[in-house]
Amino acid sequence: MSTQSIIDTESKTKSSKVVSTEKEVRKKRQRKKSTAIFLFLLPALLIYAVFILYPIFSTFNYSFYQWNGLQADKTFVGLDNFKTLLSDPTFWLALKNNLYLVGVSVFVQIPLGLVMALVVLSKIRGKRLLNVLYFLPFLMSAVAIGLLWIFMYDPVKGPINQLLNVVGLESVHWLASSDMAIIAVLIVIVWQFAPMYMILFKASMVGIAEELYEAAEIDGANGRQKFFHVTFPALMPTIVSSSILAVVGSLKTFDMFYVMLGGGSGSATEILGTYMYRQSFINFNMGYGSTIASVMFILALISVIIIQYTNSVRKKRGILE
Amino acid sequence: MRIGAISNKVFLYVLAAVLVVFTSYPFLYMIATSFKTMKEFFVNPFTIIPEMFTFEQYASVFEMGLTHYFVNSIIISVVSVAIVVFVAALASYPLSRLKFRLNRPILLLFIVGMMIPIHASLIPIFVMSNKAGFYDTIWALLGPYVAFALPISIFIFSQFMEEIPREMEEAAEIDGAGYWKIFTSIIFPNIKPAISTVVIYNFVHIWNEFIFALVLIQTPEKMTLPLGLQKFYGEFSVNVPGLMAALTLASIPLIAVFVFAQERVVKGLTSGSVKG
Repeated sequence: MSTQSIIDTESKTKSSKVVSTEKEVRKKRQRKKSTAIFLFLLPALLIYAVFILYPIFSTFNYSFYQWNGLQADKTFVGLDNFKTLLSDPTFWLALKNNLYLVGVSVFVQIPLGLVMALVVLSKIRGKRLLNVLYFLPFLMSAVAIGLLWIFMYDPVKGPINQLLNVVGLESVHWLASSDMAIIAVLIVIVWQFAPMYMILFKASMVGIAEELYEAAEIDGANGRQKFFHVTFPALMPTIVSSSILAVVGSLKTFDMFYVMLGGGSGSATEILGTYMYRQSFINFNMGYGSTIASVMFILALISVIIIQYTNSVRKKRGILE
Repeated sequence: MRIGAISNKVFLYVLAAVLVVFTSYPFLYMIATSFKTMKEFFVNPFTIIPEMFTFEQYASVFEMGLTHYFVNSIIISVVSVAIVVFVAALASYPLSRLKFRLNRPILLLFIVGMMIPIHASLIPIFVMSNKAGFYDTIWALLGPYVAFALPISIFIFSQFMEEIPREMEEAAEIDGAGYWKIFTSIIFPNIKPAISTVVIYNFVHIWNEFIFALVLIQTPEKMTLPLGLQKFYGEFSVNVPGLMAALTLASIPLIAVFVFAQERVVKGLTSGSVKG
């Protein structure tokens, strides 16, 4: 054996040793990394699993039982609760009221927010003050707003009826009849959330490139044309996603209806949130309440899927253009 | 053309004024009424400036036990928000900066949480708090408050953490710093603006939260503010100025947050509603 080959084999074993220790180090580092990732995520995952994931699973499970929630014994009834739900007129009324809620946010709240944003960003004096004044409703809790507006609507001492009288109209018993009550609560919800949309639209309007307006001006566009050909298209993504989010928002609504109507005007003013509460915590029909809650979850899930879908379509189009 | 421009201007100012009345009259009505005597309220309920300012309503509101509600709300808000910030920041670090196989699915799992209607978890949480013996204490609220605040907080934090330059982390790694050291000395100190956004967003939501409190708390002394206000309404329905004093007091912390951190409030709103 020549010395050369000895050196060769020696260096070979040496390098293979280096490789194996390097592998070990890498493995060790990988293990250390995995442990770190696990430990960092653990508290959040634990809390999320215990208070959100498990309860949702459990709600679906309860929905197959007849159960008053107080005693331990439940009776398995299969899909009976769901069948009852489909032929329950109050459920359909509540769903219809939820749809009104969606309609009002798409056709009243969002446009009003847009108008407020346009006013605040226009060439008007006292913008800063307007900004604050328009934002005031957002600084109150839903419960406080609901209670305040009960008095705004008061048949005798309420400012709203006073205003109607001044204009020459008759007083309205806003919260007494179910048709008026729904309109009254929807007005309050518009009052509460329009400022939020103002903020959203302001943020996306400030993001529109100044060059687009300059280009439009060079092309001889007037204010209205600039709005419809530059501002509006740029705001479209915000409008679309806010509109779909309105479905999720309506499913989350509870406070205002509960506080202002308190179940006082009967099942005609029920929305899914209040109906679920009434069945579960007043009538102690927790099995049936869980069925309503499950349906609410499914509806929210469907709108999430639609949002994801429209987002991905929009992205694809963006690439193609 | 000129007439058109002038009429446009007039229209703009009229519109702005109408909107001012719509958004701020109810708010001013609340504050004005809270400073009126019962007598003045019955004589002229609509005026925005009381003839004679009185603080008697505020005194009576505190006598009625508003302090309890305030203290409870402050305790549960502060504790929940502190835990949320810590837990969400911990989780956001690996989700935004460390590569691993389940990264995207786990992030998505959290973010989807923003869309979940609270009702879908209400009954099981009620049952759990009964079994665990927390029912009818403010601590029954802690778990659900933290859990439902996690999605938006993780969303805000992980977006913010992605922006921190890699070099800072690499320098620390060369010095032999472990993940925990990197988190405490580099990541956490660099997300301060995001922390204030998360704190404000969640504070406002938890301060106003109603349905969990309604379901999980019964005893008046243990109620949070929104629940307490609702109870007040039952007792105060004749004394409107008194109720308005309570409503005004309940809004003060939110107004204070807005005055001191307007920009952060706006930031929280816009980042929050991108997805929920």
